[in-house]
Amino acid sequence: MPNTKPRVALFVTCLVDLHRPSVGFAAIKLLEQAGCHVEVPRAQTCCGQPAYNSGDRATARELCRGLLDAFGGYDYVVVPSGSCGGMLREHMPHLFDDDPNTRARADALAARTYELVSFLTDVMGVKSVDASYQGTVTYHDSCAGLRELGIKAQPRALLASVEGLTLTELADAEVCCGFGGTFCVKYPEISVRMVSDKTKSIAATGADTLLAGDMGCLLNMAGRLKREGSSVKTRHIAEVLAGMTGELPAIGEARGSEGRR
Amino acid sequence: MQVNSPNFKANVTHALADARLQKALDFTRPSFAGRRSAAVANLPEFEQLRDIGRDIKNHTLANLDFYLETWAANVERAGGQVHWCSTADEARAAVLKICLDAGARTVTKGKSMISEELGINEHLEKHGIAPVETDLGEYILQIRNEGPSHIIAPAFHLNREDWEESFRKVHTDLPADRVFHERRDILTEARTRLREKFLAADVGITGANFLIAETGSSVIVTNEGNGDLTQTLPKVHIALASIEKVVPTLEDATSLLRLLARSATGQDFSVYTTFSTGGRRPGDLDGPEEYHVVLIDNGRSNMLGTEFQEMLRCIRCAACMNHCPVYFTVGGHSYGWVYPGPMGSVLTPSLIGIDQAGHLPNASTFCGKCESVCPVKIPLPKLMRHWREREFERHLSPQGMRSNLAIWAWFAKRPQLYRLATFLAASLLGWLGRKTGRLASLPFAEGWTEGRDLPTPEGDTFFARYAKAQREGKI
Amino acid sequence: MSRETMLNAIRRGLKRGPLPEDQQMGLRARLAGHPRHLIPARSRVSRPEQIALFIRNVEKEFGSVARVADLAAIPASVAGYLAAQNLPTDFAMAPHPELAAIPWDTSPLLRQRIGRAESTDLVSLQHGYAAIAETGTLMLPAAPERPTTLNLLSDTFLVVLRASRIVGAYEEAWDLLRAESQDARSGGFMPRNVMLVTGPSRSADIESTLELGAHGPRRLHVLLVEDDPTAIG
Repeated sequence: MPNTKPRVALFVTCLVDLHRPSVGFAAIKLLEQAGCHVEVPRAQTCCGQPAYNSGDRATARELCRGLLDAFGGYDYVVVPSGSCGGMLREHMPHLFDDDPNTRARADALAARTYELVSFLTDVMGVKSVDASYQGTVTYHDSCAGLRELGIKAQPRALLASVEGLTLTELADAEVCCGFGGTFCVKYPEISVRMVSDKTKSIAATGADTLLAGDMGCLLNMAGRLKREGSSVKTRHIAEVLAGMTGELPAIGEARGSEGRR
Repeated sequence: MQVNSPNFKANVTHALADARLQKALDFTRPSFAGRRSAAVANLPEFEQLRDIGRDIKNHTLANLDFYLETWAANVERAGGQVHWCSTADEARAAVLKICLDAGARTVTKGKSMISEELGINEHLEKHGIAPVETDLGEYILQIRNEGPSHIIAPAFHLNREDWEESFRKVHTDLPADRVFHERRDILTEARTRLREKFLAADVGITGANFLIAETGSSVIVTNEGNGDLTQTLPKVHIALASIEKVVPTLEDATSLLRLLARSATGQDFSVYTTFSTGGRRPGDLDGPEEYHVVLIDNGRSNMLGTEFQEMLRCIRCAACMNHCPVYFTVGGHSYGWVYPGPMGSVLTPSLIGIDQAGHLPNASTFCGKCESVCPVKIPLPKLMRHWREREFERHLSPQGMRSNLAIWAWFAKRPQLYRLATFLAASLLGWLGRKTGRLASLPFAEGWTEGRDLPTPEGDTFFARYAKAQREGKI
Repeated sequence: MSRETMLNAIRRGLKRGPLPEDQQMGLRARLAGHPRHLIPARSRVSRPEQIALFIRNVEKEFGSVARVADLAAIPASVAGYLAAQNLPTDFAMAPHPELAAIPWDTSPLLRQRIGRAESTDLVSLQHGYAAIAETGTLMLPAAPERPTTLNLLSDTFLVVLRASRIVGAYEEAWDLLRAESQDARSGGFMPRNVMLVTGPSRSADIESTLELGAHGPRRLHVLLVEDDPTAIG
């Protein structure tokens, strides 16, 4: 480790900002525990995926250009999402294929960008966390994190260090939950059927809690679990790793339901 | 083949309500993926071979004119004939003319996706020639007047009862007490009936998995042996092949064959991999007297030099659809044309137009599984995204989606206003869900709430909370 | 002319004219040299292991193998196999000199009809040109002495194969053909038809479940002649 703390910019992501701010604070806590100096640049909004995946390349470019300015000058950019991380690392540079100067800046940013959990393990060398969670959890591998960033072992390694937590693997953990960004509202019939397959697998594990690293997938799976009347709790993995579950109801649960463990 | 892709959404509704189809999909899904992964696990070099496969195809496509000319010269040297056809019309006419010249009354056919694409059967029937599909799956589909739902397992959506019902409809001499309890009984009936057809046919039509420039050969890969009977017994063999099937040498074909069966059925090698080079030679006791290849472009050269050139690497193994969660939710017929699944979602718009096939590249979560199993590493999600970009440029994407996107983008480009808008949205939604933490319905969000509750936000945004914490000196 | 139209459409797509002569020469050299790509390590083993690999793979693909000491031992082995399977003793046999040299009269119950196969044949016997250990695959090139119909029309398909003709990888089998085969008319080495056969015919088209004997043989039995002293392990 270097003597000075690495300067890390947190890319909050639009869903965490809007929907679950606590995940952002969990990320800050984990990063600081790992020895990082964390800042949150004000000028960030979204990684541009909704536009990019809808074919609106111009808007995606403009948004990413904004990110190049907002996140310049940090040692690392860390994102509590495999999907947004994948966008910045794998896709964003190619938006500037026809503009070599910007492309070079984009490549530099992409190379410094990491998904939160893999950053903790792979860059900061974190082997364990100081957290406890009494229960059996199962973990869904979100597609972009898994296939674009190769995140598979890292979350499992850190979960294994959470006191009281038992991990039961999900059959078809690598199969898409049916979220797919705007896909879930453009083709709701297909999406709901896919997420129903997923909730069946979740139920089969017998776990009381479902974890994943992406808010989009989590909202989709939590929404379906609640519609089915399931008692399974859904949480972002950072909440568990940061030991923040006592102060925060699970996704789609009312306030007052949090203090049960 | 009739285009039904614009009705994708209605097709999906229908498919989801079809209990028989859903049962077949659920039954087949794990075996496709399981067999491939077992075969791949048995060949440590598989990942390296994928790179080799990609490179061979890229090399060939970059020199496609040269290799096709070399291949055609070698076909002719071996006594075969090449029929160059730019369009589907030309290809249908070429096939018909060969059949008429041979005085054909019946034609047997091996499974060929390009034949489906061209509508060869309909064309022959119109001119009084009876085509008989001999692949078991294609045979039952022909009886039922259905298209294939999968490119290598065309009838897996049918069950035993469907087979028996169809046989009884056309094999009218079947005794009422004939039993079809076992799959074996169905197989025996089909084998017996089709054996007569093989022996009677005047012309046999097959597809081609590869063309080999070095030798002027066409290659077919089957498990049943129907393709071999089709091309061996009649006096004329016609192979249908699109331009991108050519590879330079036997060694190139061999490397691709190491990938094909493993990716497709999870076999190390298919039962019959057959290389045909010209017609019967002096002294031969069997084999066709004439050997023709109908070489077809039908839109493929338009893909060269574009983002979609990579799609021409496809070797039609079906691994992408075999691993696609959308395909296994909606089935192959929902896609509305010849090629379903991820490869179809890229190829179909190229061949019939994005205005017809717009749903296909949109009906993907971009989960990336297809690309991860593609034996020639076609970046299928990226190519689907390119189709979305073309749609967007041509203003073909739905207006509602475009205006929502425009409003969102306007805010997202203005962080200050965005902060305010998200704060208002988070507060409102958080307040609406304050009792339960979720909403069962919400105006303008039916797409979400039809089948899911909408978990509501915590109530303030990250940035509002962070600013407050900073003001209070907590951070 | 359609041929030129198509070639020009391809060149338009590739944004170039016909390839310059020097590039064509490079491609012709690649064709002439037909370079091998990666050959999987599984077949890069000793001769006895290659033979064993071949047998394992045939059996994995639902075929069977009988090892016989020499050609003279074949009639008894064939007769024994047919009797065990409860099959008739007459069969169609390829007009290949190596098969004709077998002392068939040592098993007088067997009756061969020499020539191509007919649809009524229940059993056929073919001459195996070569085989590929990598996947247990037989190479059966068509020739006057090796009719293709024998591979396809019978229910039970017997192949006589000499162990010395088993190679590790497909590439080695192609080189055998390049060295040994020539079409008098074209000068090319490729026979009219080369079938690579791996196990008996099958289909999974009915309810995604494997059934043997779809259109071709439902049994494949290899009579492996131990003619290769280096291969006896």
